[in-house]
Amino acid sequence: MMKKQRLVMRTVVLLLLLAAVGYTIYANFFTEKTEIKVGATAPDFELTDLNGNTHRLSDYRGKGVFLNFWGTWCKPCEREMPFINEQYKAYKKQGVEVLAVNVGEPKLSVQKFVDRFGLTFPVVIDREDQVMNAYEIDPLPTTFLIDKNGKIQAIITGTMTEEKVKQYMESIKP
Amino acid sequence: MEQVKCECGHVNPYGTAFCEACGKPLEEVEKPLLDMRYEGSARRSQTYNKTVIDKIWNFFSSVKVGVWLIVITLIASAIGTIFPQKMYLPPNVTPAQYYEDEYGWAGKLYYELGFDNLYGSWWYMLLIALIGVSLVICSLDRVIPLYRALNNQGVTRHDAFLRRQRLFSATKIEDARLLEAIKERLAKRRYHIREENGNILAEKGRFSRWGPYVNHIGLIIFLIGAMLRFVPGMYVDKVLWIREGETKEIPGTNGEYFLKNEKFTFETYQKGKENAVFNAAIDRVGSGMVAKTYETKAVLYKRVGPVIAGEEPKLKKIKEYKIRVNEPLKYDHYALYQVDFKLNELKSMSFALIDKQTSKSFGMITVDLLQPKESYDLGNGYRVELLSYFPDFYFDDDGNPNTKSRVPNNPAFVFKMYAPDKPKGEVSFVAIRQTIEPFGNNKYKMAFAGIDTRNVSALTVRRDFTLWVLGIGGAVFMIGLIQGMYWNHRRIWLKQTNGEVWLAAHTNKNWFGLKREIQAVIDGTGITMPIDQAEIAKKAQGGDEHGTA
Repeated sequence: MMKKQRLVMRTVVLLLLLAAVGYTIYANFFTEKTEIKVGATAPDFELTDLNGNTHRLSDYRGKGVFLNFWGTWCKPCEREMPFINEQYKAYKKQGVEVLAVNVGEPKLSVQKFVDRFGLTFPVVIDREDQVMNAYEIDPLPTTFLIDKNGKIQAIITGTMTEEKVKQYMESIKP
Repeated sequence: MEQVKCECGHVNPYGTAFCEACGKPLEEVEKPLLDMRYEGSARRSQTYNKTVIDKIWNFFSSVKVGVWLIVITLIASAIGTIFPQKMYLPPNVTPAQYYEDEYGWAGKLYYELGFDNLYGSWWYMLLIALIGVSLVICSLDRVIPLYRALNNQGVTRHDAFLRRQRLFSATKIEDARLLEAIKERLAKRRYHIREENGNILAEKGRFSRWGPYVNHIGLIIFLIGAMLRFVPGMYVDKVLWIREGETKEIPGTNGEYFLKNEKFTFETYQKGKENAVFNAAIDRVGSGMVAKTYETKAVLYKRVGPVIAGEEPKLKKIKEYKIRVNEPLKYDHYALYQVDFKLNELKSMSFALIDKQTSKSFGMITVDLLQPKESYDLGNGYRVELLSYFPDFYFDDDGNPNTKSRVPNNPAFVFKMYAPDKPKGEVSFVAIRQTIEPFGNNKYKMAFAGIDTRNVSALTVRRDFTLWVLGIGGAVFMIGLIQGMYWNHRRIWLKQTNGEVWLAAHTNKNWFGLKREIQAVIDGTGITMPIDQAEIAKKAQGGDEHGTA
């Protein structure tokens, strides 16, 4: 009887410790501390593009949104921009929208950049870093794939090849 | 497993070294002195080893394992300081690439093994967690048998127990009334006295034995506090860089709070302006060399209505506050601390459009460095267009002007100057202290005419609901430490046997103090001062070595 009691006690203590360790590891690595994670609803935002039109993310429900954060000084962003532009031409008709969020640079710099690459998708400027904070952007470029229900499908950091861009746009086709 | 019954009638758990009640050795020991560690109690881990649970338990119960876990953690922490941690890398670099480019294969390995973010890597956290588990099991496995042994100890001890204590003496004595005097003296020294058949057990400071375990409980509370940091909402630690005049969202508040920086002030101790007592100190380091104040005059706002990022927020003023070092702005469990600053960041630059030959000016333009306008009309047919703007100018790998960041650290401009006699315009590249005319000699020039600057303040945003847990853990830790360090558990046994009085004593530390106490207690009673058997053994050994040398 003593032996049984001892085994039960040890098992209980070990299980308690395992639960504490398990929770710590789980909370730290398998969940995000914020709402920014794959599967969650992408935080809504409203920003103005270079032509003065406002874009609100929630207005894009029903379409796939390719949400790209970038800066003019960021070379990897520069490399992938033409790819995004090319694929956008093909996928726009299939219900995929591209929203490029510039991280609060002067309108002049952004405009020059857009002109240089002939970008056809809307480019909005996050003047006060609010959207950057909400999406916890680090590093640049970061791309969010948002499906037709407004859920985040994938978060991609770093530069993408044209093949990848195509693949990603295909994946959020409504 | 069977239990062991001692001749005194007490039933001991299997594995006990000497009887809990009378102290008779239950195992054959060769050494002349008893090992008093854990009161000879059976550390359970050492005795049962049947099931998988037992095996796991026994693994963590080993102090050796615990020490190794700590050593491995220390080594890992040391390795983590060889290359910089991820958070200290220059912004906008890709860590995977950076480590390999900077430090070669070692850097790559460093990154891949997770040393770049040591405290956040899964195996480091696992090590800490295992130390926690080891702590709990080691403690449980020792404190329970120890408690049992100390609780069950008898007054009358077996002769073999007494003789094999470190301090021991036997005295032939006629008058047993002496013991009364000794008892009184012991009581005066706050000994707790138990008596049985004319034998005495005097004990004090037993609670000191619980010190290490209390200390471990404190550590475990501390670890729980550290664990709570990973629970969403419990811990926020962000940095906010904010320019004078700016109103910005406070990161980590989910878009709920905004801060306006009205003014940042950096003051130094100036000669002649301070209290006279500071004069000598100011003279020594020089006037204006010692910082006096870092202050951000701030206004806190709360957003009204739903939070939609990027939307122009409707703000309600909450309070004004001057944030200084160690005087944070506190609200809703958030605290904003002054942490860094940048003086005189460029805000705008002014240029005059002049004729290079005559230096005649045709008007001035001021370029806002955060939001420059594209075109500036000077009247009379003179006009300047800003073709390109590089806030943090450098020449990139292809030799083209580019910008390193969005911060106006080193602004450069490409202007196109229109004049009545130059209707097609002249292009001029203007950076600080340099002008390049890419298309040959120009007639006109953008002459530098002044700058406007402002200060930038950096604030740490902190919200920490784990602090009180860490505080309690730390306090319990200290209490345990003090308890174990500043009190000694002392025991003195007196036994009457065959016309002799046997005296034996034990303490967990400070044998010198115990000896002095015994001396005072037996002074004048005729009882022989006990000899220190451990010291004699050591001396004998030392003497041998001497002899053979």
